[in-house]
Amino acid sequence: MLKTYNYPKFEYRRPPEIASGKTLKVPVVVVGAGPVGLAAALDLQQQDLPVLLLDEDDTVSIGSRGVCYAKRALEILDRYGVGDAVCAKGVSWNVGRTFFREEEVYNFNLVPEPDHHRPGMVNLQQYYLEEYLAASAAARPEIELRWKNKVVSVAQGDRTVTLKVETEDGFYTVETDWLIAADGARSPIRRMLSLEVEGKIFMDRFLIADVVMKAEFPSERWFWFDPPFHPGQSVLLHRQTDSVYRIDFQLGWDADPEQAKKPENVLPRIKAMLGALDGKEREFELEWVSVYTFQCRRMGRFNHGNVLFIGDAAHQVSPFGARGANSGLQDADNLGWKLKLVMAGLAPAALLDSYSEERIYAADENLLNSTRSTDFITPKSKVSRTFRNAVLGLAKDHAFGRALVNSGRLSVPAFLTASSLNTPDGAGDSFAGRMVPGAPMDDAPVVENGKAGWLHNKVGHSFVALYFAQDAAVLPAPTLAALSNLSWQGIEVRPLVISAGPGLLAGDIPVLEDARGVAARRYDAQPGTVYLLRPDQHVAARWRSFGADKVRAAVARATCNI
Amino acid sequence: MTLNLNPNFSEAGKRYFNAYTPADDFYELLINTHRDLSDEQSELLNARLILLLANHIGDIGTLREALNIAREGV
Repeated sequence: MLKTYNYPKFEYRRPPEIASGKTLKVPVVVVGAGPVGLAAALDLQQQDLPVLLLDEDDTVSIGSRGVCYAKRALEILDRYGVGDAVCAKGVSWNVGRTFFREEEVYNFNLVPEPDHHRPGMVNLQQYYLEEYLAASAAARPEIELRWKNKVVSVAQGDRTVTLKVETEDGFYTVETDWLIAADGARSPIRRMLSLEVEGKIFMDRFLIADVVMKAEFPSERWFWFDPPFHPGQSVLLHRQTDSVYRIDFQLGWDADPEQAKKPENVLPRIKAMLGALDGKEREFELEWVSVYTFQCRRMGRFNHGNVLFIGDAAHQVSPFGARGANSGLQDADNLGWKLKLVMAGLAPAALLDSYSEERIYAADENLLNSTRSTDFITPKSKVSRTFRNAVLGLAKDHAFGRALVNSGRLSVPAFLTASSLNTPDGAGDSFAGRMVPGAPMDDAPVVENGKAGWLHNKVGHSFVALYFAQDAAVLPAPTLAALSNLSWQGIEVRPLVISAGPGLLAGDIPVLEDARGVAARRYDAQPGTVYLLRPDQHVAARWRSFGADKVRAAVARATCNI
Repeated sequence: MTLNLNPNFSEAGKRYFNAYTPADDFYELLINTHRDLSDEQSELLNARLILLLANHIGDIGTLREALNIAREGV
């Protein structure tokens, strides 16, 4: 047990189907109440779907595991009701130091970009995130959470999936229209359906130790290449909440994990490391230690009929760059609205193919970036090591060398520029900046009814048409009428006017004041510019002038209704 | 021409959404070019590469600057 954290124990309740012997019929089941499964359940709940969430355990992640939640994940967590809790409990860091052998090669200060609600990342032990998500899910009656309910068999029919579930009181059967498998890297569901996951194991071992620091220690990220206290390998030190620090030692493939884990072997290493910078001795306590290997692999596709794989069940990356949980949350974000439209009969099942395509694109980007980091951190050949060391030597004095140092590239959301759901810019519509079709939307400070807020909290859940105006008060009546009537064949499209000046609109179209022009600048908007945002806050289309027909055509394309 | 020591990688026609991508693209290409070579072959590849790039740069003043920086750190 940890000294700084008490594990919650979630209550198991005897499922009524055990006594009744009846098959439980539900529209959606999520298996796995880790961060990604909980996120999926919350996303579907917000799409007004009832969700049955099954988990074989009755507590949160044992040991801290995932540590770093990046900006996009925090924005998504806002929609699941836990963004504030995660940011309040998590710790931010800005200073990173890179060491090569005895000396500090360089340091950087990631000053947060102004005018975003959420910082670039916060560090927080995974069990806190799970605890907050589980509490958020438990507060919503549409989500039925069944702890200590283990799926032991899966049978996929044409229209339904049948699950056999084991509890301490016996077995029962669930029949569901859709199954979301969020059951982790070893995914029993994937195995029970005999589905392949392709990739490779990295021939390396890492030891992670969480230590509680007794004295003040800076909130910084330290990364060592080939340090004197751990020659030939790499070491990472990262701050978490409650004065807990994560230390990650590369061990090499030949290391004996059981030996490496023993306190008499771990403690001297950590002691040497903590004093490496200034020779000071620092008191600490060992909280948790574990040895792991990792894999870089993904499934060939993430949807198989009415079974949808998300998170580690679908794809796994090396830990460098925090691309595991962060990408899993984005899977949930991408899937929820699509599944809702398909279930409501408002979009064809092909929309779920786009879930697979878009998240495979993102998974491949994550695999590429984390593999590059891994290859830099653990060179596979003599020449590769020579180049790595040469880069580190040059980095001390030269900016180009620092750009080549790769000790992990922090998770950022994929720009889905190749997605078939995008409507490409029209010939006459030219835009500068990053908000291309497929881009995850940029945040901006806005004021609504005199109250300061954030753009990303004003959109999401449904399609949104952002209309940029110089002065909302002078918009012509036909434009307002058309904006109010953009919903198409049952698919909701909410209008939002972004106005350079303060002002209210007649009717019920909300107006966001962009007083300092940050939104207009980030979206390269002029008066009359329109952006269509997807329910997952990616840009679907944009135009220099508004036309209801153009918006509807883009909604049709973004929902595979063409 | 003076030696450019700032980040300077890019590829025609490619749009970058993250500042780190062009340097990482190059580095991967560099390491992949060495894949499956013996140490001796890699040494030869590096020599050939230096000669090709040096000729492309052409300006001997610039090359002298680069050679000096490279030598200082060894």
